[in-house]
Amino acid sequence: MNNLLFIDGLGVQNWTYIIVGITFAIYIGIAIYTRAGSTKEFYVAGGGVSPLANGMATAADWMSAASFISMAGIISFAGYDGAVYLMGWTGGYVLLALLLAPYLRKFGKFTVPDFIGDRYYSNTARLVGVVCALLVSFTYVAGQMRGVGLVFSRFLEVDINTGVIIGMVIVLFYAVLGGMKGITYTQVAQYCVLIFAFMVPAIFISIQMTGNPIPQLGFGSTLADGSGTYLLDKLDGLSTDLGFAEYTEGTKSMVDVFAITLALMVGTAGLPHVIVRFFTVKKVKDARKSAGLALLLIALLFTAAPAVAVFARTNMIETVSNQPYASMPEWFKKWESTGLLSFTDKNNDGLIQYLADEKTNELVIDNDIMVLANPEIANLPDWVIALVAAGALAAALSTAAGLLLVISASVSHDLIKKMINPDISEKGELIAARLAATVAVCVAGYFGINPPGFVAATVALAFGLAAASFFPAIILGIFYKKMNKEGAVAGMVVGILVMLFYMTKFKFGWFGGGEKTDWWFGISPEGFGSVAMILNFVVSIVVMKFTPETPEEVQEIVENIRIPSGVGEATEH
Amino acid sequence: MTNKTKAKAYWKENIRYLLILLTIWFMVSFCAGILLKDALNEIKIGGFKLGFWFAQQGAMYVFVILIFVYVRLMNKLDKKYGYDE
Repeated sequence: MNNLLFIDGLGVQNWTYIIVGITFAIYIGIAIYTRAGSTKEFYVAGGGVSPLANGMATAADWMSAASFISMAGIISFAGYDGAVYLMGWTGGYVLLALLLAPYLRKFGKFTVPDFIGDRYYSNTARLVGVVCALLVSFTYVAGQMRGVGLVFSRFLEVDINTGVIIGMVIVLFYAVLGGMKGITYTQVAQYCVLIFAFMVPAIFISIQMTGNPIPQLGFGSTLADGSGTYLLDKLDGLSTDLGFAEYTEGTKSMVDVFAITLALMVGTAGLPHVIVRFFTVKKVKDARKSAGLALLLIALLFTAAPAVAVFARTNMIETVSNQPYASMPEWFKKWESTGLLSFTDKNNDGLIQYLADEKTNELVIDNDIMVLANPEIANLPDWVIALVAAGALAAALSTAAGLLLVISASVSHDLIKKMINPDISEKGELIAARLAATVAVCVAGYFGINPPGFVAATVALAFGLAAASFFPAIILGIFYKKMNKEGAVAGMVVGILVMLFYMTKFKFGWFGGGEKTDWWFGISPEGFGSVAMILNFVVSIVVMKFTPETPEEVQEIVENIRIPSGVGEATEH
Repeated sequence: MTNKTKAKAYWKENIRYLLILLTIWFMVSFCAGILLKDALNEIKIGGFKLGFWFAQQGAMYVFVILIFVYVRLMNKLDKKYGYDE
């Protein structure tokens, strides 16, 4: 297949420089063209984004380095259990579209802590909101920078730290200059790049393995070799032969799968960088529609990911299992040098034994390889491999930019303008926003270069915290007009603290630590967000019953939120 | 109808839609994909065991459809009450 095109002679490296270079030039061009001139443009892109553009931007904002690089890989190792991410990260959009987006758009403010502070008529509530938003966004953004560094180091063969710094400069440039307006239109471009980069190899491999060009159908089809065996049956067989669980069965307990799925769903609906995207459209109607479009565009990748997982896993097992180490293809050696793939010949027979049993298993494979190396494993042309690199960068950069905006708005708008110095001028606030974004990029870059050992744990923590804090507070704020500030604040504080306690206890061994058998109700730290969320609801309602009622004028605001007409532009204050 | 009673009636219909749509949301994901997965896996469609298919494909298709149905229902409801613009 390498002679498919003459220009293939360029090689992977040059192709990567060309494609990544072109996409970066596009992002920078858009940023210069759409730079923000007012705080309203900086925070909510002026409030006039079309539903389709917002849908695309939301999709790119949402699909991170984790969705693009890691998810299919995780699924290919987890089998059925991978469904927690698939359902969890898409099902949240149903909640977002039906329960949050239209009402928050009607409310018409700039940030999530803004809603919390105004709806619960209290700066304490606003401060709790700011702390949650910062906590959630910082934990999330570190992982994105790490993803950027990983892609640079593997595909452009620069040092991983140099990679992180290049990524920082690019994001800094368009997030600081363009604010939400710049981010929105670069995200539209990034969506196109990332979906194309994900689908092209998926389609190629689907045709190769099953003869069906639609990956979503391909992984339920029979093999292209004419044997009449279904691909999934074959993979189930391969997995059990090597001592793994059947691919379509998984190993997690049902209660844990349930809890994790729920936590990821409500966490998604409570993530500030996603919610804030719905402040950028013109009308309530547009907010609903763009939530639908966003999910449609996300589902394109999310329904293909489990197919890619099955293709990659089958290919991987067939390429390495019981094959001589000496005859491994070039990509194997390349990935070994990054440390993401490692082989130790325990029984000295020169063959690779890839088994479930840790004692005899000789091959350790990192999740992240599955998507990045997939085109190489399947012998696809060089430009496809380069495209994957550009797609992974688009996914990481778009999410990082969205998160940085939340961080900068929380500081300049919620902390400075709303709490510390209300008299700040429009110009001063804009400068503060840009400074905050710059500092945030540097902090994120620092964590990208010196990744704390707990990055993986903190992403789960970000969802848990969003589920335990924002989701109940916003839902009650809209659907329960009697909910007062005491209830909401108590609920959020208890939710966050319990979540932090559980996560640190079982992930870092604080408070005496604990094993899997000590989990409450058999629920893992990843799934505990759903318990913390329920606790938040209960505490909020109980505290509300014993504290002064919500003022009449606030109740009227809530009634007004529920009616879609009469939306002002996102209010300036 | 006064403005207040109109707003109340609109809200009531909205809540009814939400309950119906969220019930379907729960059924396809948590019921079909998780709780009833083993039973549904007895049924095979092509190479897919049905429970596995709901968990890794079907639920997501239904999610997308649900939001667009909601958009349609609400646009109609807005018109009925004169809240569209």
